[in-house]
Amino acid sequence: MTGLLDLWRLFRRKRTAVLGLAIFLAIVAAALLAPVLYPDDPADMVAPPLLWPGEDMAYPLGTDTLGRDIAAGIMHGARSALMIGGISTLVALAIGITVGALSGYYGGWVNDVLMRVTEMFQTMPQFILAVVLVAIFGPALTSIITALALVSWPPVARLVRAEVMSLREREFVQSCYVIGMSERGIIFGQILPNCLTPIIVTASIMVASAILTEAGLSFLGLGDPNVLTWGAMIGAGRESLRSAWFLVAEPGLAIILVVLSLNLVGEGLNDALNPKLKLR
Amino acid sequence: MAKAKTGKPHGGLATFFTRRLIQAVPVLLGIVLFSFVILHLAPGDAIDVMAGEAGTGDAAYMAQLREKYGLDQPLHIQLLRYGTQIAQLDLGYSIRNNAPVRDLILQRVGPTLLLMGVSIVLSVAMGVLFGAVAAIRRNTLIDDLISLVALLAYAMPIFWIGLMFIILFSVTLGVLPSGGFYDVVRQDVGPLARGLDVGRHLVLPALTLSLFYFAIYTRLMRASMLEVMGLDYIRTARAKGLGAAKVTIRHVVRNALLPIVTMLGMQTASLLGGAVVVETVFNWPGLGRLTYDAVFQRDYSLLIGILLMSSILVIIINMLVDLAYSWLDPRIVAR
Repeated sequence: MTGLLDLWRLFRRKRTAVLGLAIFLAIVAAALLAPVLYPDDPADMVAPPLLWPGEDMAYPLGTDTLGRDIAAGIMHGARSALMIGGISTLVALAIGITVGALSGYYGGWVNDVLMRVTEMFQTMPQFILAVVLVAIFGPALTSIITALALVSWPPVARLVRAEVMSLREREFVQSCYVIGMSERGIIFGQILPNCLTPIIVTASIMVASAILTEAGLSFLGLGDPNVLTWGAMIGAGRESLRSAWFLVAEPGLAIILVVLSLNLVGEGLNDALNPKLKLR
Repeated sequence: MAKAKTGKPHGGLATFFTRRLIQAVPVLLGIVLFSFVILHLAPGDAIDVMAGEAGTGDAAYMAQLREKYGLDQPLHIQLLRYGTQIAQLDLGYSIRNNAPVRDLILQRVGPTLLLMGVSIVLSVAMGVLFGAVAAIRRNTLIDDLISLVALLAYAMPIFWIGLMFIILFSVTLGVLPSGGFYDVVRQDVGPLARGLDVGRHLVLPALTLSLFYFAIYTRLMRASMLEVMGLDYIRTARAKGLGAAKVTIRHVVRNALLPIVTMLGMQTASLLGGAVVVETVFNWPGLGRLTYDAVFQRDYSLLIGILLMSSILVIIINMLVDLAYSWLDPRIVAR
């Protein structure tokens, strides 16, 4: 608990980090409140089509070509963005931590093979790989999340590998061998908890880039048709770009806010968790 | 070692490329194996697609086709066949487009490389310039403004930037075309006018693609400059009486560029992915547009071909970046 308090004390020293956290919490609140404030399906037609923002205060952000409320869409879109970004990051962390820990701890041929595989996934252009996977396995939530995780784990693996390689030589780990601790106990109980700091920082940035990639996929029409996303809203609004540009602008601003806030939080965490870096 | 000082790769260019190609082999084999696995996990095979195309579901005919294409063979035989085929640079046949996949891709590589090349130059030039200015004028209004712009550009979806540019420059101001490679209406123009026309069509896509990377390079350049400025040899250069401009350009900027080149190499794959999105926004006839069409034609062999070719492209570009690295810093020998 004091650890968390200390972290907060360091974190709040940076104003941009606090601003980022505030924006992020507001978006989380929007996502949580979406079913309360807009209990109806956001894909339902509720008003005349193409109301401009502010034209009718019941629909503050306007309506699209089918008369759907954009404000409802943006709030429900926050839910899907956070969910898809969050779950795919968790899966990517699981893959990356496993690969990184194994290759860093065992070295030798295990390291050679796993690093070639990592290199392979870093050579294939991430976005093209995601497009190919979703196009072939169908635009459903599971395949989208799998694709996002598959393209984003390599940096985690490299990070964890480097950390594990340096930690395994440290005295506290060496003493665990001496007292006969199991390898699993050493990796999960001793080494990995000490790599947590850089992993947390990376995770916040990964959620941001997963949200951007997902938006790109649904913009291209590769989103799950049953899930309302900001990228899909932009893709649909593109048809009437010349006459009603707010259909594209508004969901885009929502994406920018989420990504920006996560980047600011990540940067703030990085500074707070590595206070020594500041002194250099 | 006298040889290393020249900044040439260790053992000459030919040895460098040979060594790197050999290193790339396991990665490429892995990617081929990976694409084979994807194709086989895919629901339905090429024959199902073909039969769907032809509108027939005759089981005997489909079995005959499977035999003809070797799809009735055991998996390892199929993999071996697939591998040999790819090794001969045969990426399969696109039934939809009625052309070999390799030819389809080669036709489209040019515009994509043009877009990527211009975007790299643009983003590095802008990033280095703005990053350097921010570092020299650190903690001033200019620094804050540059940092804010970089922060925003880093958070914007690429396709959204493109659409906003279209609204601003094509719809509202009407100064630049909103898409395409050149003006198809103007037919009988000379090569110079055509080139200029392509250039005009290139402005918005290239700006769009470079904005995200501009943000990365600006932040990196600023941090890297600040670090170099604190080093001893800079103090030495000042102490021996070199002017501020000379110190900055010759000593600080040149050394601060190294992390930018490293980053550039790491961004190749991502840049190619970004080009896909930008091309679909601006109707740019490159690999991205081809990918988009292949997705909606369910042309799996074309999609996998694009994935393979773009990976090869990334490997080649990364080799060139490593060469640039040893040119910038002669102490580093490209291996």
